[in-house]
Amino acid sequence: MPRPVLDVRDLTKVYGTGEATVHALAGVTMSVDRGDYVAIMGSSGSGKSTLMNILGALDVPTAGSYHLDGVDVSKLVDRQLALARNRLIGFIFQAFNLIPRTTALANVELPLAYAGVKAKERRRRALAALEVVGLADRAKHEPNQLSGGQQQRVAVARALVTEPALLLADEPTGNLDSHSTADVLEVFDELSASGRTIVLITHEPEVGDRAKRLIRLVDGRIVEDIRQSAVDQIPVGAATGRHTR
Amino acid sequence: MSLYEVIRFALRGLSANKLRSALTMLGILIGVAAVILLVAVGNGSAKAISDRIEALGTNTITVMSTGRGGTTSTALTVPIANALVDPALAPDVASVSPVVTASSSTMTYEGTEHSVSSFVGTTPSWFAASNTPVGTGASFTTDDEAQGRRVVVIGQTVSEELFPGVDPIDKQVTVGGALFTVIGVLSEKSSTGFQDANDTAIAPLSAVREVLTGYGSLNSILVEAKSPDKVDAVQSEVATILNQRLKVSATASTTSRTGGNTSSTPYRIQNASQLLATQTETADTFTTLLGAVAAISLLVGGIGITNIMLVTVTERTREIGIRKALGAPRRVILTQFLIEATLLSVLGGALGVAAALIGSSFEIVGVKPVIVPSSIGLALGVSIAIGLFFGGLPASRAARLRPIDALRYE
Repeated sequence: MPRPVLDVRDLTKVYGTGEATVHALAGVTMSVDRGDYVAIMGSSGSGKSTLMNILGALDVPTAGSYHLDGVDVSKLVDRQLALARNRLIGFIFQAFNLIPRTTALANVELPLAYAGVKAKERRRRALAALEVVGLADRAKHEPNQLSGGQQQRVAVARALVTEPALLLADEPTGNLDSHSTADVLEVFDELSASGRTIVLITHEPEVGDRAKRLIRLVDGRIVEDIRQSAVDQIPVGAATGRHTR
Repeated sequence: MSLYEVIRFALRGLSANKLRSALTMLGILIGVAAVILLVAVGNGSAKAISDRIEALGTNTITVMSTGRGGTTSTALTVPIANALVDPALAPDVASVSPVVTASSSTMTYEGTEHSVSSFVGTTPSWFAASNTPVGTGASFTTDDEAQGRRVVVIGQTVSEELFPGVDPIDKQVTVGGALFTVIGVLSEKSSTGFQDANDTAIAPLSAVREVLTGYGSLNSILVEAKSPDKVDAVQSEVATILNQRLKVSATASTTSRTGGNTSSTPYRIQNASQLLATQTETADTFTTLLGAVAAISLLVGGIGITNIMLVTVTERTREIGIRKALGAPRRVILTQFLIEATLLSVLGGALGVAAALIGSSFEIVGVKPVIVPSSIGLALGVSIAIGLFFGGLPASRAARLRPIDALRYE
């Protein structure tokens, strides 16, 4: 059994002090294996966003351990955290978070630039990543010239361009219409089929249904953990996609 | 990640917000240019004042009567002026020129009229003593003065008004009903204050007294010292002679006429080098004052730069959050923003210096600005320091935030 990509034990996160204390996470323990496609569902305030930010090393937990690809993230200093975010994690935001007035290509190149990849190699890999999300012809467009779905696919390309161990997506379809949602989900299905590890959070059942594994979060605790299809199979929803092989 | 890459990032960041970058640079430009120009104008006017005083001649003193009524006993007369030429009592005096001035006398040539603002009657030695060289033609001679010949040397303005495109030499002009022959034209002279120094005419003392002013008292006596460092000696020699000549009647008349006046002498001696010293002090005060104004405008400009830098970085806190989430180390983010701030302040400052240098080649409110090099350094230094500090400080604060806090920043 290979070591899990992601392994958290007794993760808690407390906001505020005194009477205003909020336990956003009240002891979450889970592990995700390589190649898995996990959807975390929960209502608003269930702590799923907090969990995602901690998994993405954007926030630090109050207590508990977090191992990412065998590395204890809670012990890393700022400099090493930056490295972990760059090499191990690809993060996709609900609000896309592309750098404004900067072309799609330059946005996708950005993590590679911080990784110290040479300009020529960077360009090649960024174009390849845009090819994967089907936007190679929009490389020179700036974010405000792209539709929401296209922007999110650029963000996906940016997240996967560094070949990270883990792709994290925080409500990736939350700001999209149903057509764009389908586009983005197809990209995820395809990535999962090619062996990528994906963890996303959502409150839309049709998004959760397509994952291989579904985790439900209520009040900062895992209440349900369902395996919908095997890790080494293609995701259930991929069969109906336009990229069916 | 190499420094070259970071510089490219900074350039991309600046060009992605062209309008904001341009406005920031404009703010710095105006701040720097205002300070440099303001100091240059102050310095230029101080320099202009001292130039004018030096043009009056620094080795002369002017004796003027303080008597308002002009009683014959206290008035300056030709005999008094002649008495100042005394090798025994006044060995340092080079020349003495009695001066009468007729203000606003009308000069006519072939139907063209011109009102000369200062029509001076004096002796030939006046030209050298008052630093007023004749440009074309000649000045009158001692003989002309002794004979009372009606000849006149006119200033540039008079020449242009009465003889446009004509050589004025040997032409006849009418002044106060008498004909004068123009024998020379003065060289162009820089104006001393509000009056046009070139709107003047110089004629022999005897002729002017006969035709225009009458045989009353003199307006002033111009005494030339043998060298500039003898001016103080000449002043005391002249005072001694004048006190002798005017003593008796002077004491009587001053007590009756000027009650509380501390000056008991009926004349006043104006010393050009003293005047220069006083004016230099005044000019220094003036420069200090303008320096204070400049410092205030630099402060205001600095607050403008601070404001723009703070807004720029605050607005981009979210972008900093995105960059951190993508794995940018704090050092790289900080370097990028510092380079952006440096480029903005240095470019803006350099353009400001250029604008000030261009602006200083024009006359501003009648003053030719003279750039003070240290003001360039000060203005540039302060604006760059402010730009760096207030560009760098919020950037380093944002770079230290946890990415999630920077991303949530509104």
